[in-house]
Amino acid sequence: MTDATLTRSFTLRRFELWRFPGTRAVAIAALLYLYVPIVALVILSFSAGDSSLARWQGFSVHWYADVLANSDMLRAIRNSLLVASVATTTGTVIATMAALATSGPRFRLQTGFEAMIGLPLIVPDIVAGIATLLFFVMIGVPLGIVSIMLAHTVFAIPFAYLPIRARLQGLDPALAEAAADLYATPWQGFRRIVLPLIWPGIAAGAMLAFISSLGDVVVSYFVSGPGATTLPVYVFSMVRMGVTPAVNAISTLLMLASIALLTVSYLLGRRFQ
Amino acid sequence: MMASLRRSGLLAPSVLTIGALLILPLGLMAYVSTLERGPTGGVIWSQHTTDAYVQFLFERDLTDRLVVNTDYLHIFGRSIVVAAITTAITLIVAFPMALWMAFQPPRRRLLLVFIVTVPFWTNILVRNYAWILLLRNDGVIDWVLGRLGLTGEHINVLYTPLATTIGLTYSFLPYMVLPIYVSLEKLDRRLIEAAFDLGANRWLAFRRVILPLSMPGVVGGAILVFVPGLGAFISPELLGGAKSMMIGSLIQQQFGQSRNWPFGAALSFVLLVLVLLALSAHAARYRREPKP
Amino acid sequence: MSASGTNPASSNVTRLAVARPDAAPAARAETATVAVDCQSITKTFGAGAVRALDGVSLAIRSNEFFTLLGPSGCGKTTLLRLIAGFEIQDAGTILLDGRPLDGLPPYRRPVNTVFQSYAVFPHLNVAENVAFGLEMKRRPRAEIDARVKEMLGLVKLEGLESRKPAQLSGGQQQRVALARALANKPRVLLLDEPLSALDLKLRTEMQLELKRLQHEVGITFVFVTHDQHEALTMSDRIAVMRAGHILQVGTPEEIYEHPSARFVADFIGETNLLDATRIGTARFRLASGVELETAEPGPPHSNVTLVIRPERALLAPIGGSALPARVEQVVYIGSDTIYLVVLEGGLRFRIREQNRDGPRSRARAGDAVGIVLPPAAIRVLAQ
Repeated sequence: MTDATLTRSFTLRRFELWRFPGTRAVAIAALLYLYVPIVALVILSFSAGDSSLARWQGFSVHWYADVLANSDMLRAIRNSLLVASVATTTGTVIATMAALATSGPRFRLQTGFEAMIGLPLIVPDIVAGIATLLFFVMIGVPLGIVSIMLAHTVFAIPFAYLPIRARLQGLDPALAEAAADLYATPWQGFRRIVLPLIWPGIAAGAMLAFISSLGDVVVSYFVSGPGATTLPVYVFSMVRMGVTPAVNAISTLLMLASIALLTVSYLLGRRFQ
Repeated sequence: MMASLRRSGLLAPSVLTIGALLILPLGLMAYVSTLERGPTGGVIWSQHTTDAYVQFLFERDLTDRLVVNTDYLHIFGRSIVVAAITTAITLIVAFPMALWMAFQPPRRRLLLVFIVTVPFWTNILVRNYAWILLLRNDGVIDWVLGRLGLTGEHINVLYTPLATTIGLTYSFLPYMVLPIYVSLEKLDRRLIEAAFDLGANRWLAFRRVILPLSMPGVVGGAILVFVPGLGAFISPELLGGAKSMMIGSLIQQQFGQSRNWPFGAALSFVLLVLVLLALSAHAARYRREPKP
Repeated sequence: MSASGTNPASSNVTRLAVARPDAAPAARAETATVAVDCQSITKTFGAGAVRALDGVSLAIRSNEFFTLLGPSGCGKTTLLRLIAGFEIQDAGTILLDGRPLDGLPPYRRPVNTVFQSYAVFPHLNVAENVAFGLEMKRRPRAEIDARVKEMLGLVKLEGLESRKPAQLSGGQQQRVALARALANKPRVLLLDEPLSALDLKLRTEMQLELKRLQHEVGITFVFVTHDQHEALTMSDRIAVMRAGHILQVGTPEEIYEHPSARFVADFIGETNLLDATRIGTARFRLASGVELETAEPGPPHSNVTLVIRPERALLAPIGGSALPARVEQVVYIGSDTIYLVVLEGGLRFRIREQNRDGPRSRARAGDAVGIVLPPAAIRVLAQ
């Protein structure tokens, strides 16, 4: 055999070793399982009649038209975006400060602090929703947009913190020292050196916080008030009431929006590298 | 000295925010669970009682004596069982899948991770609602099975614990796949080659090398599925129905139609304690072992 | 044992004032001004658990190339960082040109550092990096541009102004770090093992380059390294450190020819160390019974260590005053031949001879030979 064929058969044999029987079948089945419901949902949203396959009456987009004209829903979308923007901005700033503090020399209460930052991720969302509701009722905060913003800021912090902290840890500590060595005050050093270098982490953290705020159902459900619902809460009430093609259309739109956001953030992430 | 002053300033906002908007409310919630319920909902701030916790296990019969009431225990039990079954099913599906993914060529791997993650990023409502469409009588599955002549009557799956389990499994599968995948992908291939070199076949290499080294990923995934599964609200609410209530729906009910806030607070507190116990057991076990 | 300039162990030995062409400090030692004065510096880490520096005192002169030399953990980098201001000492004071630096943060000390990892700002190009310090000090744009140009010329990086660090080699990045530091005309330049990441050839080139630069710029350089060869090549004076103490300060020649401690003798270059007991003013007996005469009496102890450099010992025919020995191994390393011999009593000894007339091995493994130790070549140290 020539060298080339020897190498090729060796590579093929090596590749064979890595194949575990049956795993491919399970993986494909699982991927189908993940996507079939979504595909079914999208198809049914184009049904002219109600969303039952038994009574399929042909393609139509009039449900989408209905949905896009629904002023309640449009208001809910506006509220969601408003809440997400405020909570993300506030949460990201706070998270950046926290990440800067934990990236220096280790301090005494650091483990406790990091546990506290992770707390919003650990507490079940229904418990957090209830607790926040009780708190607002007790101190007299009216349930509305502001109460939702406050609640969302809390979990925006850990979502933003993780990527920022990771990025800071990958940074050569000598860079900040070099800045100080070259006569930069701590603020100048942060603004001119650290901030530009951790910016991808901040962007990723903000994206994570934004997406999780947009998608939050349970906490928003408990702390929203009349006239100030977010989109997920609005859809939740609709879904509870029953299956209608309008819900199918909204769901599909929601899904497309999430995928679009995710793709944008993935592409942005690639560009930063 | 200046450094620690600056650091305190950087830490203060997060401490204040999380302290005031989460820790304080949690404490308040525990406190509320010890109060007397108000006549039309709400609480009476000045009156303390252990009624809420008593109500968890007992009820009063017609002669006003305390009799054991297992209804609520059943609900907690069901939640634990459903969460456990969900964890088991996702593990059985996720492990082979992650194993396959981890040994794909690098380019394809990234694409696969992306494909697996996309459903995870769609809204949780959308994910569960799609299953309503599929599982309900006259829904997609019912119609397909009817058309194929496989069943005579409707499948009657929606609004049962089975539906809840399906919904939870669907929602949480990526949470199990990704940690196991990460753990397998980081595996040093040379260890497996060494096993092959020493005469192990694929099954032995899997059992003695791959499986043990992927344990951290498996346990991580299990935690990520079981803990949120315990406190799940959306799936049971949309797919489970009133007859197969779980903790989440029970709690919500206390703040809705039942208007029993102290009881709701007590239930939330018990759920929180369960979750914290599960997490500390995991943390304690893994703190002693060095990370691979 | 901390010293600051003199060598007590050799105070009664006639010092051979060999003139080194580029050794200015030895001549003007008494009249030079002190640039950096460290007084009784103590620094601990981990709440007192680790004593990085223990009462260290040091006076570095203006315009000298001063090296802190020692193994890992000896405190040399800590001392450098204290001068830069990145750490604060527990006790003691540091003076720059007579004025205390204590309490000043790094950005207010007229001192600049070249880091081991270079720490070149990856998101700024070469010119922006070099200009950074001047921009922080709000110098006029014209001045900044001119200085950047001058510096890049100094380190031979002209034409690379708009390159980003990722597009530069390690050696080039290091020169950017140098230019960036020197652009600010600091009173003292601190260098923290800046050559350790370079390959050997580039490293040797940079050693001479740095030495030339220091002369040209005329600034005090404080250099940290664990490589004694590097220290000997570049320094005007060296401080040998170990476990938080300074063992000896002196010119490379002083350190090499007259080490004041066993550790210094062992750390710098190759050495033969023989334990002996005193039997006279300048006469000692080894454990094997062999008696040796030395030119210097050494410290007034009865138990001493005799230090002989391998290149000062001589291979001789057996007989006479030569010590009997047997050759164990002969190693040819191109420029020299090294003979590893065993003396009576099992003592191992190393002799190095230059292959001045080409490769020749005057003995083979297993041969019986004689060793001559000229009394002037033997140093006597306390044990």
